[in-house]
Amino acid sequence: MNQAIALDVKDLEVRYGGIQAVRGISFSVNPGEIVTMIGANGAGKSSTLRAIAGAVPHAGTIRIGGEVIRTDHPEEIVRRGLSLVPEGRGIFANLSIEENLRLGAWTNREAYDVNLSKVFGLFPRLRERRNQMAGTLSGGEQQMLAVGRALMSRSKILLLDEPSMGLAPKLVLEIFAILRDINKAGVTLLIVEQNAVMALRLAHRACLLELGSITLSGSGAELLENPKIRSAYLGH
Amino acid sequence: MKYLAQQAINALQLGSIYALIALGYSMVYGVLTMINFAHGDVFMLGAFFCLLLIAIVPVPFWLALIVVMGATAVLGTLIERFAYRPLRNAPRVSAIITALGCGLVIQNTTLGISPYARPMPHLLDNVTYQFSGITITTLQIIIIGVSVGLMIVLDFLIRKTSFGMAMRAIASDRATVSLLGVPANQVIAVTFALGAALGGAAGLLYGMAYPVVSAAMGITVGWKAFVAAVIGGIGNMRGAVLGAFLLGAVEVMTVAVLPSTYRDLIAYSLLLLILIFKPHGLLGKPALHKA
Repeated sequence: MNQAIALDVKDLEVRYGGIQAVRGISFSVNPGEIVTMIGANGAGKSSTLRAIAGAVPHAGTIRIGGEVIRTDHPEEIVRRGLSLVPEGRGIFANLSIEENLRLGAWTNREAYDVNLSKVFGLFPRLRERRNQMAGTLSGGEQQMLAVGRALMSRSKILLLDEPSMGLAPKLVLEIFAILRDINKAGVTLLIVEQNAVMALRLAHRACLLELGSITLSGSGAELLENPKIRSAYLGH
Repeated sequence: MKYLAQQAINALQLGSIYALIALGYSMVYGVLTMINFAHGDVFMLGAFFCLLLIAIVPVPFWLALIVVMGATAVLGTLIERFAYRPLRNAPRVSAIITALGCGLVIQNTTLGISPYARPMPHLLDNVTYQFSGITITTLQIIIIGVSVGLMIVLDFLIRKTSFGMAMRAIASDRATVSLLGVPANQVIAVTFALGAALGGAAGLLYGMAYPVVSAAMGITVGWKAFVAAVIGGIGNMRGAVLGAFLLGAVEVMTVAVLPSTYRDLIAYSLLLLILIFKPHGLLGKPALHKA
């Protein structure tokens, strides 16, 4: 049992029919850390997150808090304190904002009131609009709701799939600032991003995923300085 | 005027039964976007379960209702678990064929066991009341009352409980529901159980109102309720109820002025007509396709 590691992934493989999306990658995330995974479209970033969250079948070993996960049921994994904020946010447009948050608290109903005030503290706009249908929110607000909803489950580890997707630059800044606050409050973050600059600035450690394999890893600052990353992903 | 009021009561009776069945079609469509074609046959079995029960032990109406709803709920869950769930990610046409197949298996099994239509014994003392020339029977009051009661309970479940919230969420995005730790399969199973229980209750009530029970009921009545659900906008619960009462009214009024053989012609023409002008039904919304 290695309690020092929040999330440990070994030889993870994901296949869709004949296509291998993730080719045996290994990495780990320490408690309280922000790790980001950058890479182009189709590099296998989302597949990695979805495999960890139990949403797609995979090979390899995944440990959460030292314990080996032997299930493909996302419900089980949420109960162990790991939640995925999916790409495209997955907001239930026909439910109210508060109902979205209540669904997030499905595995953690005892702490509902406490967590609700925490989430409303982070995202005051959600409190103002709690009875509105979630479909009426703007893209940025929907992303906030998706993050808030995942936090309702008392997640110790949050996986975020492209939190900046489709958002105006100002909102991206706002979301990343909130992610930093969430991390300071003790939540471990694994973030997948195409917006490499923002993600690398935020992250303690980072890796680059190319065609299903990790080809570079280091601290966020190191990767920001790496010439290959600068030319291919930052446009310098 | 009296004549109209009398017909309105008949329409309410038929509409209530259609509504109970239509809700089952609509609930399942809501969570899985599939048409549970076996649902009409679950309705039919509701009537047969009642016959079987009172042949074994003569129970009062209320107890029969509860037992029949319980039995059809179990049946609905079994159909979902063993026929539909293995095909959850299969092409949609496979699920449709399986549903049709399930319906045919149930129907023909029933036909094998009971080849002839059977009379439904009386479960209630049917008293006829007169209100200024309009007659209403205990049976009609019970049918309308029980149906409306069940619809109110269902509406409450869907709008106010955690189960209902999860059900509505599954209708909009099933994959994300599981990611939140909600056991989506259980919610889907309960949805089938509830829909089947309402269908079973409708079977029992229909058998009491039109006291001949046959294996073909699943098609003659069950599919009519499907039409009602589509008219109202399938997937929309209030639409299902609206469509059912509308269809009940149209059928009763048709029989009042035309030979009764025109009834189904008018009912299905109404469906075609409404779908031409409102392809998603009266209260249905166009499906939002995910990018």
